[in-house]
Amino acid sequence: MARMVTTQNKVISTAAAWLVGFLIFFPILWMVLTSFKTELDAFSIPPSFLFFHWTTENYVTVQERSDYLHHALNSIIIAGGSTLIAMVIAVPAAWSMAFSPTKRTKDILLWMLSTKMMPPVGVLVPIYLIYRNFGLLDTRAGLVFILCLGNLPIVIWMLFTYFKEIPKDILEAARMDGATIGRELIYVLTPMAIPGLASTMLLNLILAWNEAFWTLNLSTLDAAPLTVFIASYSSPEGLFWAKLSAASTLAIAPILVLGWFSQRQLVRGLTFGAVK
Amino acid sequence: MKNVLCAVAGAATLLISAPSLAQTTLTIATVNNSDMIRMQGLTSEFTAKNPDITVKWVTLEENVLRQRVTTDIATKGGQFDVLTIGTYEVPIWAKKNWLVPLDKLGADYDVGDLLPKIRDAVSVDGKLYAAPFYGESSMVMYRTDLFDKAGLKMPDSPTWDFVVDAAKKLTDKAGGTYGICLRGKAGWGENMAFLTAMSNSFGARWFDEKWEPQFNSPEWKKTLETYVDLMKQAGPPGASSNGFNENLALFSAGKCAMWIDATVAASMVTNPKDSKVADKVGFALAPNTGLGKNANWLWAWSLAVPAGSKKVDAAQKFIAWATSKDYSKLVADKEGWASAPPGTRISLYKNPDYLKVAPFAKMTLASIDAADPSHPTVKPVPYVGVQYAAIPEFQGIGTSVGQQFAAALSGNTSVDAALAAAQTSTEREMKRAGYIK
Repeated sequence: MARMVTTQNKVISTAAAWLVGFLIFFPILWMVLTSFKTELDAFSIPPSFLFFHWTTENYVTVQERSDYLHHALNSIIIAGGSTLIAMVIAVPAAWSMAFSPTKRTKDILLWMLSTKMMPPVGVLVPIYLIYRNFGLLDTRAGLVFILCLGNLPIVIWMLFTYFKEIPKDILEAARMDGATIGRELIYVLTPMAIPGLASTMLLNLILAWNEAFWTLNLSTLDAAPLTVFIASYSSPEGLFWAKLSAASTLAIAPILVLGWFSQRQLVRGLTFGAVK
Repeated sequence: MKNVLCAVAGAATLLISAPSLAQTTLTIATVNNSDMIRMQGLTSEFTAKNPDITVKWVTLEENVLRQRVTTDIATKGGQFDVLTIGTYEVPIWAKKNWLVPLDKLGADYDVGDLLPKIRDAVSVDGKLYAAPFYGESSMVMYRTDLFDKAGLKMPDSPTWDFVVDAAKKLTDKAGGTYGICLRGKAGWGENMAFLTAMSNSFGARWFDEKWEPQFNSPEWKKTLETYVDLMKQAGPPGASSNGFNENLALFSAGKCAMWIDATVAASMVTNPKDSKVADKVGFALAPNTGLGKNANWLWAWSLAVPAGSKKVDAAQKFIAWATSKDYSKLVADKEGWASAPPGTRISLYKNPDYLKVAPFAKMTLASIDAADPSHPTVKPVPYVGVQYAAIPEFQGIGTSVGQQFAAALSGNTSVDAALAAAQTSTEREMKRAGYIK
């Protein structure tokens, strides 16, 4: 009897999990389906789920009108570059705060987080002027810099919480054996923190990939990433839902694939912490 | 030998300098509307005639574009050479010297052929600061089959009383047909474009001659009560989140008996490729209450050159090409006259080929003629603009008032409370901006 209840519970919880998963995934599925519809089918009421005239016309139009590869390459460089630089800065910062905290460490951490509370539009004009004067408008370097700065507080916070879970004793033992700070970081800390580092990197990559305020405002053509590509298909006067869906599907495809392959590391990093 | 050397050196210099002299790259910022996308597709026709000019396009959604180009022009960022802006921006930006007057459009441009109302809307002190690419007003689009079935006849210039009665009669909520679809989504260019134009026909105004907000007037109360009651009884569910696109989808799917919106929608709802009711659509002027003003607006997406551009001549050359009569003909040759950009040139409305394929042409022209941005209201006002007041503060104020009115439509607040809140917030902003004490 107990076994039956367990099985029943398992079936119910599995079904519930699938249902919740499907509900969360549904908007993406709907977007992909819409990208294969004609514009007329895209807004037909009631909407048709699978039985419509399937067409790849929207992808052809999007390809004709925009240089997808140029935008995708910019997204990869900007998101990847800003993530790598953020990690290079954040790992030593989080390490020192986690293992050699001072009286002010908590205040510094809170201050860093507080910079995320300001709406970015509040500093748009000064930043635009600085970028104009330094010739950084519409450059990949400019976008890498601003996204790196924007995401740095979150990256440091995440790494700080992972590093906090690593017992100090292990590091002390390494020091007793004569390890230098560099060796301690590379050979002792890093292997233990890999799940944390991986999930931080992936999250930062997703945040940078989706960032749509600075990338839209500071880029024009040469450095324009996929956010600009999508914005060029949205229109308040005209129904281009199918084309917009095709552009959006293309824009999320790379990061979706990356997320799919690394979901195990991502989940482990987010749920189990560094050394459990 | 010396001569040969000189000739070789001269040729080499020419070869080296030729590409840098030849190529001027224009960066053009535009919105993602059908007519603009068509222009983008025809760029090669322009560059074939002007091989020394290369054109690069930045196409963005309207609100993103507005923020992007405003930031750039205000900081003299110099990222764009040609901007697509509306009639709202032109007078404000021209007065700030942010735009270059368009005085090099060429002898054969024929400025006199521009529709006078549209030309006035993009001129300041008689100087053209932007060239209209396409113009629009608003009008009633209605289902002729449903009107015939109900035994109703739409007049060319209906009153609000007629529209309200007809909408109630044609509503069949069980059958999924609604008497009227109107904008409800909050925003200065969304519900407030419609409601401001509607309020003009009821004799209301945003500000009196001393810039005092007028939402406490009986005219505004009548406007908002009529709108909310009409939409509650004859509008589609969830109307407070409907903008142009949502209503276009509803009307094209056959769910609305009437729709009052931009005249550019006419070519979309009569196109069998995009609309299920393409052959059943009639047109009429936006409604009035007999006070001499119809509830229609005036807008033109126009091309302008920012003061920071270093390629003013090439930019004006492009603008002259894109807004010329020849461009309309080029579009007609490629895609038919129905696709020609509407609402800017008198000659288009005299062209029998265009009139043959555009059943909405007559009413579009009549609607544009019926709007007067210089005298938009029954009572005098200190501002220019039919569905907006052309002051920099209007975007913020308009959106804030739009949110109050959307709340009244969705039933979250009453008409009286929404008007009181609109009055308070507008007074506060106008005081802060220094218009009133």
